[in-house]
Amino acid sequence: MTADLALIWPELILTIGGLITLMLGTFLGDRQVGLYQLSALLTLAAAAAAVVALFGVEASVFSDTLAVDAFGGFAKLLIYAASVMCILIAPRFFGGTMRAEYLVLILFAALGMGIMASSRDLMTLYVGLELNSLAAYVLASFMRHDDRSSEAGLKYFVLGALASGMLLYGISLLYGFTGTTAFDGIAAAMAGELNIGLIFGIVFVLAGLGFKISAVPFHMWTPDVYEGAPLPVTTFFASAPKVAAMALMTRVVVDAMGPAIGAWQQIVIFLALASIIVGAVGAIGQKNIKRLLAYSSINNVGFMLIGLAAGTQAGVEAILTYLLVYLVTTIGAFLVVLQLRDAAGNQIESIPALAGLSQRRPGLAAAMAVFLFSLAGIPPLFGFWPKYLVFEAAVNANLVPLAVAGIVASVIGAFYYIAIIKTMYFDDKSETEVPATGGAIVEDAVIAASALWLSVIGYLFIPVLALVSANAAAVLF
Amino acid sequence: MSGFPILSLMLAVPLIAAILCLYAGDRNARMIALAATLIDFALGIVLWVNFDIGGAQWQFVERANLFGRFQWALGIDGMALMLIMLSVFLMPLCILASWDAIKQRVGLYMAMFLIMEVVMIGVFMSQDLLLFYIFFEAGLIPMYFIIGIWGGANRKYAAFKFFLYTLLGSVLMLIAMIAMIMEAGTTDIPTLLNTDFPVEMQTWLWLAFFASLAVKMPMWPVHTWLPDAHVQAPTAGSMILAGVLLKLGAYGFLRFMMPMFPDASAQLMWLVFGLSMVAVVYTSLVALVQSDMKKLIAYSSVAHMAIVTAGLFAFNQQGIEGALIIMLSHGVVSAALFFCVGVIYDRLHTREIDRYGGLAVNMPAYALFFMLFTMASIGLPGTSGFVGEFLSLLGIYEASSVVAFVCTTGIILGAAYMLYLYRRVVFGELTKDDVKAMPDLNPREWAVMAPLAAVALWMGVYPESFLAPMRGDVTTVVARLAPAKPAGDARLAVGKPASAKAQGDQINGAAHAGGVQ
Repeated sequence: MTADLALIWPELILTIGGLITLMLGTFLGDRQVGLYQLSALLTLAAAAAAVVALFGVEASVFSDTLAVDAFGGFAKLLIYAASVMCILIAPRFFGGTMRAEYLVLILFAALGMGIMASSRDLMTLYVGLELNSLAAYVLASFMRHDDRSSEAGLKYFVLGALASGMLLYGISLLYGFTGTTAFDGIAAAMAGELNIGLIFGIVFVLAGLGFKISAVPFHMWTPDVYEGAPLPVTTFFASAPKVAAMALMTRVVVDAMGPAIGAWQQIVIFLALASIIVGAVGAIGQKNIKRLLAYSSINNVGFMLIGLAAGTQAGVEAILTYLLVYLVTTIGAFLVVLQLRDAAGNQIESIPALAGLSQRRPGLAAAMAVFLFSLAGIPPLFGFWPKYLVFEAAVNANLVPLAVAGIVASVIGAFYYIAIIKTMYFDDKSETEVPATGGAIVEDAVIAASALWLSVIGYLFIPVLALVSANAAAVLF
Repeated sequence: MSGFPILSLMLAVPLIAAILCLYAGDRNARMIALAATLIDFALGIVLWVNFDIGGAQWQFVERANLFGRFQWALGIDGMALMLIMLSVFLMPLCILASWDAIKQRVGLYMAMFLIMEVVMIGVFMSQDLLLFYIFFEAGLIPMYFIIGIWGGANRKYAAFKFFLYTLLGSVLMLIAMIAMIMEAGTTDIPTLLNTDFPVEMQTWLWLAFFASLAVKMPMWPVHTWLPDAHVQAPTAGSMILAGVLLKLGAYGFLRFMMPMFPDASAQLMWLVFGLSMVAVVYTSLVALVQSDMKKLIAYSSVAHMAIVTAGLFAFNQQGIEGALIIMLSHGVVSAALFFCVGVIYDRLHTREIDRYGGLAVNMPAYALFFMLFTMASIGLPGTSGFVGEFLSLLGIYEASSVVAFVCTTGIILGAAYMLYLYRRVVFGELTKDDVKAMPDLNPREWAVMAPLAAVALWMGVYPESFLAPMRGDVTTVVARLAPAKPAGDARLAVGKPASAKAQGDQINGAAHAGGVQ
């Protein structure tokens, strides 16, 4: 037991750090935001350091309920990095309304996500998922005085509760028909003949998880929540929980349901194609950039699911690479949106208001163009590479029709990405103009660094990425 | 020269210049762009001079395992060399052509053109399948901006159509490439060129490549993006689009589809012939009735490219060499024709043919150049067009006399629409006041016209300079195709001459018969 504790340092650090930040916030009031921010950042940095220190360790702790392995470590690093970004950008956005709770919630959400990514038991899976979700519901409605924010929180909560219910129902079926909640045991039971109860269990678990990764047809909440939530929170939703949920889904599907590939593969294929197509078509009519990015995330999840549908190690490697590149692109794109403010300092969210951005803020527009072309997967931008890997995995797994359908649908997606670029570059200046002032140094630096990385430079990292993702993916096979 | 990475340098120069242009003022951006493209042209000449004709198939090879899964592998053969020369030759001319015409966001414009240059020559240099695909697709981005920002009134529609149309084609090719990489276990193009894919698989791969390359080509009926893109693009954009981008499709046919899938190429030969025949006749007729000069030249490009595809699929030395010469010739001539349109567009700001007339009176030098390029487009002997069309029709005739017949009508129709265009624009009465006020070519325009004219004549008079580097590569492709090649309908056998006596009898007999009459 105590030996196990030494292996979950990242989780312990996050818990203690979160509690310390909470206490500081309670006793020092809302003025010392800088201090709380520092404490939260240090906590995340320490947790990340602990993850790095644990690299190479492969163990299963607390009676096989939690895994300590490279796969979880990879996901956790991405999650912590995204959380750090969401903490860094918050004070400037919230201004005087910034409170310690934001930081505490992010820390606890990160903790929950870390548990999701490394769970090896349906119970830890559920605990991690709910820890993250509860924090997320509150974060969505963090701007209490804004109706849209409260609405987003409520919607997220109600639909999230429904999804949790489905997930729990699926879990109970799996438990009922296999007699265990451990992934190993479920996998062993599924190696034999599948009965109808198990199939129902698989369907319900995948439906519940599909909600968390916002795969179609469980995506309805995404555009509304993204639009209503405060921008740093939307950035958070679009990045870290996606990583966690995708890692969780991968682990469940490959680790627990691996032998029943015939049963889940068709479900995942359906989720993938539906997400790609609905994500692309739904985005076309959007006028709000946050809603559009929500559809874009649905679309991208679809591509990741193609890698999952392959069910091979190459597929999982592709998902991990995809997650990293997606994370960098999404955070970059949201940081650009964060800088779009009119002269009075109000956030600009409407896409037509971006007209003429390329002339007022050429650097910002260029970075946004890089992010959008990258999301669309147009080479030479690095967003092409994970898409390539995903399709390669699908073709190697003899899923050529899936790959063809997915890649053809990606052209629909390209339409709305280039439509935004059209607005920024081809259209005449709009009335609500973005002032030609820069953002905070951190934001500018992150935008510039991610844009540079996503342009051709990223290709130089392929050998490293391949090595890391292969190590991480090998754990599951 | 073997150790020096000259190909990488040719890619680096415009790339660095492009970044500089973004930060430079308007004037400086023009100078930087011109300097960079001239340096690249000089490097291109160094390349040509040092190219060992009859030496190794792949020369100037560079390999660096930078990306793990695929390589930074560059290298050229004769075909690639000639197409790179075409690109680096046209590029400085494009920069000059847009010297005064582009007034807004010059830095960005020049940067986009320079990136375009990197991408184009990168396509021809790539020796790695994935690297090729990356360059091939990357061309969409700068062209999207060039059409969309500096284009005509309907530029946004044209930019979208160009981007989505070509992207839709290309993605299928990517799936085919993945399947090829999986089958052959390598991304190395020279290795893939000698890989025999299973015949059934070849058909699918061929079709997927065809989906992409036919759009780029463009072949009828997926050519509709081209007139829109050309009409809306700025002059230099049209020049580069017609001059080089249209050659990417044919290059892909020759580099990938024919040598890698020879059996499928033979199976589906008639698909290509059929589409080419329709294209030659149909697009020529469409060109005949255009009232917009750029549209007319755009349709003529489709017709010329159809002769290229037909020539390629003749599967013989003449046909393929002819197709390559048409590619080079069309690259120079159509760029020149678009520039001719640009020159008068800059003065009158309309492309309507009816708004002009009688230019021979007040713009004699212009009329002369325009005449030369018109003739070259028609294929008059002595110009570059003749060599290419003659050779490829010869090759086509060997494969199928019907196809040769139909393609030849295209040449007649070509003469019709080009001469008709020329008559309406340059000849006739000089009645319109605004047309009367148009000055003749200025020195900058001379500087663009003269090299284009010189090359069009050089290629027409002594095509051997251009054919020699490519001959060996064409032979390689023909040899690769030989086992699958279907028999043509031409019976090319050397006849047996009758003996002198028999001939004498024949002549006498004829004379006798005449006498009886």
